[in-house]
Amino acid sequence: MLTIDQATYDAIVAHAKRDHPDEACGVVAGPEGSDRPERFIEMVNAAGSPTFYEFDSGDLLRLYREMDDNDEEPVVVYHSHTATEAYPSRTDIGLASEPHAHYVLVSTREHGNNEGPVEFRSYRIVDGEVTEEEVTVVDQLPAPTPMTESSV
Amino acid sequence: MAIEVRIPTILRTYTDGAKAVDAQGGSLSALIDDLEANHPGLKERLVENGDLRRFVNVYINDEDVRFIGGLEAELSDGDQVVVLPAVAGG
Repeated sequence: MLTIDQATYDAIVAHAKRDHPDEACGVVAGPEGSDRPERFIEMVNAAGSPTFYEFDSGDLLRLYREMDDNDEEPVVVYHSHTATEAYPSRTDIGLASEPHAHYVLVSTREHGNNEGPVEFRSYRIVDGEVTEEEVTVVDQLPAPTPMTESSV
Repeated sequence: MAIEVRIPTILRTYTDGAKAVDAQGGSLSALIDDLEANHPGLKERLVENGDLRRFVNVYINDEDVRFIGGLEAELSDGDQVVVLPAVAGG
């Protein structure tokens, strides 16, 4: 299950609507192993395409260095589909390379740049296998589990 | 001569979970052969038909190797190599 806060959810949807009809993409980083999507990072779609997305290679390196320095990982990797449903395409499945990430797909096909609901769905993609999961939107993420002395 | 190679999560099955390994070689191509000798299977994930895979990015000291000679890019002692799969899809 993906638990995500309302502000981050809204930011992903806003990005997808703004970039429509091109695909929008980005990451929500969080502390390693926490499964908490805390830090929303909008990325540029270097492909600038309605049917493809790709992080620019320089941006990608900077992003991963930054996450590394912060002991973060990509908890959510999101992108939009602008003419089809919010389900991973064959290319999405073939290129998915973060086995621990929630792959979020947003479809803007119904309302494009305008107000209106979007499809917002989340998947695990591991070794070419897609598993859809429930999305729970909360006002705020619950407080992180405090470290106990035995776990430090 | 040691060059540190950062390994992405998805390829750590080849490095017993290590985030970084040491390897050697005067070119990226030689470095990948050396990696393969110690971590069999890794080369195939990086190289296809004698070229770097389209959706694998390799950086030498923060430069995308595609701009500095690809597999022929030169390496020297102390260089840092980072491997990152593209974040891409359709």
